[in-house]
Amino acid sequence: MATNEIYNKEYDVIIVGGGATGAGTARDCALRGLSVLLVERNDYSTGATGRNHGLMHSGARYAVTDGESASECISENMILRRIARHCVEETDGLFITLPEDDLQYQQTFVEACQRAGIRADVIDPDEARRLEPAVNPALIGAVRVPDASIDPFRLTVANLLDARLHGAATLNYHEVEGLIINQDRVQGVKLLNKLNGEHVEVHSRVVVNAAGIWGQRIAQQAGVNISMFPARGALLIFGHRVNNMVINRCRKPANADILVPDDTVCVIGTTSDRIPIETVDDMRVTREEVDVLLNEGVKIAPSLASTRIIRAYAGVRPLVASDNDPSGRSISRGIICLDHAKRDGLEGFITITGGKMMTYRLMGEIATNAVCAKLGNTAPCVTAQQPLPGSGEGYDDQRDTTKRYSFGQRAAIGRHGSLAARIEKDNDIAGALVCECEGVTVGEIKYAMHQLHVHNLVNLRRRTRIGMGTCQGKLCSCRAASLMGEINGNVKAAQEDLAAFLDERWKGMRPVAWGDTLREAQLTAAIYEGLCGLDMAVDLKGKEDVQ
Amino acid sequence: MAERMQLCNLSENNFEQCTKCSICTTVCPVAAVTTDYPGPKQAGPDGERYRLKDPAYYDKALKLCLNCKRCEVACPSGVHIADIIQRARMKASEGHRASLRDTMLANTDLLGTMANLVAPIANATLGLKPTKLVMDSVMAIDKNRTFPAYSRQKFTTWFKRHAAKDQDAYPNHVSYFHGCYVNYNFPKLGQDLVKVMNAIGYGVHLLDKEQCCGVALIANGLYKQAKRQGRVNVASIRKAVNMDHHTVLTTSSSCTFNLRDEYPAMLDLDNSDIRDGISLATRFIYNLVDEEKVKLVFKQDYKRRIAYHTACHMQRMGWQLYSIELLRMIPGLDLQVLEQECCGISGTYGFKKENYERSQAIGSILFKHIENAHVEAVATDCETCKWQIEMSTGLPVENPVSVLADALDVEATRKANNLTD
Repeated sequence: MATNEIYNKEYDVIIVGGGATGAGTARDCALRGLSVLLVERNDYSTGATGRNHGLMHSGARYAVTDGESASECISENMILRRIARHCVEETDGLFITLPEDDLQYQQTFVEACQRAGIRADVIDPDEARRLEPAVNPALIGAVRVPDASIDPFRLTVANLLDARLHGAATLNYHEVEGLIINQDRVQGVKLLNKLNGEHVEVHSRVVVNAAGIWGQRIAQQAGVNISMFPARGALLIFGHRVNNMVINRCRKPANADILVPDDTVCVIGTTSDRIPIETVDDMRVTREEVDVLLNEGVKIAPSLASTRIIRAYAGVRPLVASDNDPSGRSISRGIICLDHAKRDGLEGFITITGGKMMTYRLMGEIATNAVCAKLGNTAPCVTAQQPLPGSGEGYDDQRDTTKRYSFGQRAAIGRHGSLAARIEKDNDIAGALVCECEGVTVGEIKYAMHQLHVHNLVNLRRRTRIGMGTCQGKLCSCRAASLMGEINGNVKAAQEDLAAFLDERWKGMRPVAWGDTLREAQLTAAIYEGLCGLDMAVDLKGKEDVQ
Repeated sequence: MAERMQLCNLSENNFEQCTKCSICTTVCPVAAVTTDYPGPKQAGPDGERYRLKDPAYYDKALKLCLNCKRCEVACPSGVHIADIIQRARMKASEGHRASLRDTMLANTDLLGTMANLVAPIANATLGLKPTKLVMDSVMAIDKNRTFPAYSRQKFTTWFKRHAAKDQDAYPNHVSYFHGCYVNYNFPKLGQDLVKVMNAIGYGVHLLDKEQCCGVALIANGLYKQAKRQGRVNVASIRKAVNMDHHTVLTTSSSCTFNLRDEYPAMLDLDNSDIRDGISLATRFIYNLVDEEKVKLVFKQDYKRRIAYHTACHMQRMGWQLYSIELLRMIPGLDLQVLEQECCGISGTYGFKKENYERSQAIGSILFKHIENAHVEAVATDCETCKWQIEMSTGLPVENPVSVLADALDVEATRKANNLTD
């Protein structure tokens, strides 16, 4: 659908926010037959969705402190194993007790897990060392739980793809500048198209605010107050997997006590700091945060001390104050769905917030139920049963390990599941590797550009993992920019995009720029600045930070 | 605090020291001739990350690697790229049996023992067109390949009958790891070594027990057998080096590289106490001359023009200079040193039908250089390079030790080193 056609339609529902929650809500609404538009101010999954551990919680982490969240987690965990097979790696997890921890807590923990319906098997420390050789060998206790690893970028895209398959329209780089309010009723959104600067108004019967931490601003535009309490968390990415199971500390949640194997890397996190709402767009990681993460990380897996760190990043959890306690002392990690007609007397406006990436589907279901109640739609929710595109028919066939696939094809199957069958691969050019670290081929890039709403290299990275490997875009970014420039017929734009992409990669490397990562970055700078003169050709000043 | 973390977090993972500069891929002889092979950087450090995630990401294209080690020579970050690739192949082969063809090619000593018994028949039969066609179709050994001829008498048999008894009389002593090629195919090289070493006052001794070094076993996935044989060799060399205080000489660059570097890297055999006691003969002799411990006197009328080809494993050790400089001591020798290129055979690799064309394509640059050098022969320290160059250029190929033996005035050399009869 052309963008103008999208603007001119009137929708049942407009969803603001292209994270997992927005995408999950869009999918659910579309599956129940509503006409849907989703708008996102940046790229999909740029907020908290793309800035967490990539951990598919069993719920064990919340079992002791928040039984309700724990129950939600385990129920969604089991659903995602069915519907999002290509986004999930069933690694299982360990909760380990170290000599400095209280072994008594293990009993409390296991009982809480059982109450929440989470399988928690106490295993011998020897068995834990055998299952996960990277674990700190000094451990004195271990519990095995059904944690897993999940790719939030893939998950979000799969939800958007399914929403579109069922008639939804989606727009990234469209920022909500205001809501269209007629008397006491929200009737649509005022949008800025950030790709061309155009201002438009699009109408709908209901607007769902699924903008995460930025939802407070959206609500303000409707004259409604929601008190968000942003909690910032920083994480470190290591160059390869040292562990193949999720490893948690069996104690009250604290800094840097979870190590997750994510695709080709592993991630330690997080810190947790309350920050003012004004600073939620500043995602820089400090040296102090790096030190905390590394110091605590080596207690979980000692080999992290001698493993290359390729990147640091931070995200903001959208915690919400309970309505009866605006001071923020009682902050919920649970799902919050606000019907502003009941709460504030404003019709046609719903906020879905709180929760976790893990429970995005349930949040989508709750929000869609609220939308349907307003619109008189009685269709049942099917998102827990129906597999996402990529995990449905053809999935097992693609995953067949006895079949002969090239490295690039196998890597693409890992990312796109059954949809990898749509990637061109039958000639030398299509099969050629663009990103050698992550095995991204020319064919996969073309598929992403044509099917997955890619406007720039950062978008491409989120859809394919290009530039997410050890070299952080040194070789692939130039090849990919050239390919995009060729397909889009705009060399200058590709050049600017290349410079912006390398800049974005450097930002994440900077807090951990020592040793091999620094050598890597210096070689990249020498190639692009010293050799190619990219810094002379492109002026990045004044360009908006795509992150 | 911040500074301290930076100092303590440094990667100990060799593959993570790769900065993706891709110099290795630019010198890879396989990547230069086929798009089927992603090159050492991708096959090595890049692929390793995926294989750590899941061994199913092992890419069969890794079989195309020659293990020539040119990537490791080029790497500015000291990454053992070829070792990473070989290790990955080793891991992927676990639980798989090597094919009959590969087992046969790999067991150079077993094949040699059998062929020695029937050398005239074996040589004639292996050279016959019908035999070659059968090997081509049944065994997938390329029909264009010529098997090296088998000798009627093993080197060790000759040594025991004709040389052993004289060796104790010399003032100095070395041990000799002759290898399969000298023993079964070309005893003359071993005889040449004995001739040269005796002329400079060194008695030559065999090891207590010598088995095939296993370079071909490793290349064909027979790691357990390679390790078994390696243990025997390490024990024998340990006795020679530590008890008898002999340097153990070799005349094959691939055997040398295998004994010194692949044993610890591929087979986890600890040779750290004896590694320095293993030396290629040309390096040993060069050092003796350089330190003025011995003198070499050459024939007055000697005159030849030959080219020197640096075998890939020779370059990996950085020892080609010893062979080259030793040959340059021969006054009548016009030595043309060729630019280092891979000949393409890489041991048994080029014998396999599926590799033949690629093998020849890789070698074509070297063959062209040899043709342009207008020489009567080529010298190289590797026997499989010898077969490949002989087959592909028609020129005779000799080991530098044989060239030296041929040019040496034995009587004058003995006198110059104060040896009396």
